[in-house]
Amino acid sequence: MPVTIHKDIVCTFCGALCDDLEMHVENNKVIDVKNVCGIGRNKALHGDNDKPECRVYGERATLEEAYDASARMLAQARSPLVYGFSSTVAEANRVGVELAEILRGGLDNCSSYCHGPGVLARQHVGLPTCTLGEAKNRADLVVFWGANPMESHMRHFSRYSVQAKGMYTPLGRKDRKMAVVDVRPTPSSKNADLFFQVTPGSDYEIATVLRALVLEMPLPTLTDDSLVGGVPLARWRELVELIKQCKYCVVFFGIGLTQSQGKDLNVEQLIRLVSDCNRYTRVYAMPMRGHANVNGNNQVFVWQTGYPLAISFNRGYPRFNPGEFSVIDMLNRGDVDAAIIVATDPAAHLPYTAVDALKKIPTIVLDPVNSLTTEWANVVIPVATSGLSAAGTYYRMDNVPIRLRKIIDCEWPTDLEVLQNIKERVLNAKDH
Amino acid sequence: MLKIINGGVYDPLQGLSGQAGTICVGDDGKICDPPSDAAPCDIVDASGCAVMAGGVDIHSHIAGTKVNSARSMCPEDHYDHFKPHTDTTRAGTGFTVPTSFYTGYEYAGQGYTTVFEAAVPPLEARHAHEELLDVPIIDTGTYTLMGNNYMIMQILAEQDPVSRKERLRDLVSWLLTTTKGYAVKVVNPGGVESWKWAQGIQDLDTPVPPFGVTPRQIMTGLAETIRGLGLPHGMHLHCNHLGEAGNYITTLETMRALDGLPFHLTHLQFHAYGQSKKGTLKSAASELADYINGHPNVTFDVGQMVFGPATTMTADAPMQYRLHVVTGHKWINNDVEMESGAGVVPLQYKPKSLVNAIQWCVGLELLLLVKNAWQIILTTDHPNAGPFSAYPQIIRLLMDRDYRASQMEALNPRVGKYTVLAQLAREYTLEEIAIITRSAPAKTLGLPQRGNLRAGSCGDIAAYRIQEDKERMFREPAYVFKDGALVVRDGKAIKSPQGRRLLVEPDCGAVLPDDLVDEFHRYYSITLANFPVQEEYIPRPEVIACK
Repeated sequence: MPVTIHKDIVCTFCGALCDDLEMHVENNKVIDVKNVCGIGRNKALHGDNDKPECRVYGERATLEEAYDASARMLAQARSPLVYGFSSTVAEANRVGVELAEILRGGLDNCSSYCHGPGVLARQHVGLPTCTLGEAKNRADLVVFWGANPMESHMRHFSRYSVQAKGMYTPLGRKDRKMAVVDVRPTPSSKNADLFFQVTPGSDYEIATVLRALVLEMPLPTLTDDSLVGGVPLARWRELVELIKQCKYCVVFFGIGLTQSQGKDLNVEQLIRLVSDCNRYTRVYAMPMRGHANVNGNNQVFVWQTGYPLAISFNRGYPRFNPGEFSVIDMLNRGDVDAAIIVATDPAAHLPYTAVDALKKIPTIVLDPVNSLTTEWANVVIPVATSGLSAAGTYYRMDNVPIRLRKIIDCEWPTDLEVLQNIKERVLNAKDH
Repeated sequence: MLKIINGGVYDPLQGLSGQAGTICVGDDGKICDPPSDAAPCDIVDASGCAVMAGGVDIHSHIAGTKVNSARSMCPEDHYDHFKPHTDTTRAGTGFTVPTSFYTGYEYAGQGYTTVFEAAVPPLEARHAHEELLDVPIIDTGTYTLMGNNYMIMQILAEQDPVSRKERLRDLVSWLLTTTKGYAVKVVNPGGVESWKWAQGIQDLDTPVPPFGVTPRQIMTGLAETIRGLGLPHGMHLHCNHLGEAGNYITTLETMRALDGLPFHLTHLQFHAYGQSKKGTLKSAASELADYINGHPNVTFDVGQMVFGPATTMTADAPMQYRLHVVTGHKWINNDVEMESGAGVVPLQYKPKSLVNAIQWCVGLELLLLVKNAWQIILTTDHPNAGPFSAYPQIIRLLMDRDYRASQMEALNPRVGKYTVLAQLAREYTLEEIAIITRSAPAKTLGLPQRGNLRAGSCGDIAAYRIQEDKERMFREPAYVFKDGALVVRDGKAIKSPQGRRLLVEPDCGAVLPDDLVDEFHRYYSITLANFPVQEEYIPRPEVIACK
């Protein structure tokens, strides 16, 4: 069979959305990938294999039977939940929101337990930020806080940040300083000019002291030797001086900041710090979004409902209340009596209490591959894989939207088609 | 076939101002002459109504990265303003930044049927277009930001005038085509690039780092290119020095620099400030109005301030930072590589604040001092100076002198010292309102089939019940038709059809010059192949021909 080479393909693993991949397709199968990290390569080579069976209550079923069963479960529920979406296209997200609206159900996505606190912090203080190309072209200082891209966003350094050669950073790494704040040495911190190994849970305190230093406020109880987050104050002064003297700094923050003690307050204080620094020079912050389109979830949810996550339609219009309408809390309280899950694997990601709650109610799952959830879900619908056998839009961690192409055929429908089918059937069921 | 009978027709283009008439719309959705035979048709009785073409908003922020970032940042804007799901319409929330569906219903609910999103960076154009798919009923278009574009400034810095002109034309053509934009937008030319270098404010002749071109060169270069391409709409210009005391001098100088070239001044209210002896704001609306009255080719939209909450959002990143520092309010900034920037800061405009009171007067003064309504377009620079849902209130302020005087009583008492509004007695007629809300914007945008009720034009029609309270009249149109189909009744949307996307296709091709391809690969963070907005985002295109 001839090999077809597809260029400029988008990787769908992490929020960095590298879009320069070269995929070699033979016999409707990806056989080789170039310009890709180890994780992306694995995903591209195996993302469309290992399809689950289409099943209803454990029995092999046709798609029509699965759609009917799903619509019935959802239409009969009093408090259904529509959840997931972090690895599917924005177009499917748009129909997902509509389905939740028609069902008067709950609606949440995976940012609920990853970068959600950062999204909440943005509601408090905003976010001065930039696109990744600005980091590449201009940043002469990059800071990673609670993030380890060498293992999570493997091409981030070379494409966008530490080593990237840009317009005003033609020498790449040599034109930049790099600082890392983390609780332990990581493969990323090994590359850093400055590494701050901090006490777990001290991020808020550190950001507060850094703000005081930036704003030149007195710190009468501290001396240069005083430890702030386990690091002497003098070293933090060093970081502040570096920031003040740079031309353009980007602080990339990860789950180490958003999910450690303080959560959204940590991010809020970091954003305030970054805002304060702009009286001297350009300093921005950017979340290191994990799942490739988890930002797209927030984007679509916001433009259709006004809120990024943790939404309820039970009064017919969108309401937002994290803690009340977040997926984990809803499940733990037993507030959900049917769930449709799209493009995520709750059995692998959620606490076991929430998973147990899901197991007790009718659960529908759409997944391109077998997962821990497809093992027991009441309805399992295999779908095409976004970016390989399904086209659509993903939103990068810096809000830049990129269109995924379809390069191989798949016998199964896309998430979008499945959701539309279920939506039509729910509407019909509600009419009668 | 649809027949709207017994209404008073207001169509300034045809010189109709309230004459009784019948408007017919054929099955193709276009207005047509009344048929001679008795063909079956739907008849709508518009007795007691003013029948006008659908409204056209020339400048609004309704979709895209910065709009959605604002929605995300401001949940407090949504809690008390919501619309539940119905069988034919989607749910929504938001007051100053309504959600996508809600935006479509609210615009149509006031009789508007065509709206332009005013500031889209090329790199993020896909977002604006995808989001606009979820804005129902209204036709939409986007303006592509170019005033701080690296490649444009690089070409402007070239020495050879002939090659410079040609290359600029190719680049502008490529940018418009790949972003599926309608017009060229320029925001604080050079000033946003300067912001990225943490440098000061940009005057017309301050060279922009690192290219050395000046804002004057950027504006004249782009406006000449637009003339050469024959684009239907001139350069859509947000001048330098927005919001600063004394900025009217820059605005005047800008108009002089662009004399004879195609351009449109946007949210002029924000650029019409003089400076008092103490250095504070005062109105310079008279100075600008004098110039505009003497230059009939100049058009502007006003950006009228409305008291209450607003969400400021603009590509003018340095201005937004200043606003953040002055108010202490939360702040989003978004520098966009190679192209632009953006900022968002929520605000409250208060009548007792002297500055806000002056700004409110400046907008109304511009509206009342410029004599020819065809040069004026009603906007609030939604949601910067206030939400578009305040248009009916502004219309009342223009049509009702007593109401205006009563509203002025609530202002900071010192406002009289810095403004002349209290001395202006002009009242707008319904015909003039029809001009500034539909006919003039359509003409300025180069949309011959919109903003009028001639045979062949779009069947976009609004019927407002004539009544004393003009605010109520324009808030709740009895009927609104889109392409001849009834979409709004008594101000409430009853359907969610998808609107069209207005585009231009300049004939200079859609290929980026070779040397710039090289630059693109080196300095953008996405590949050139993934840059253009794909056809999938534009299911209902309407290409408007270049001149």
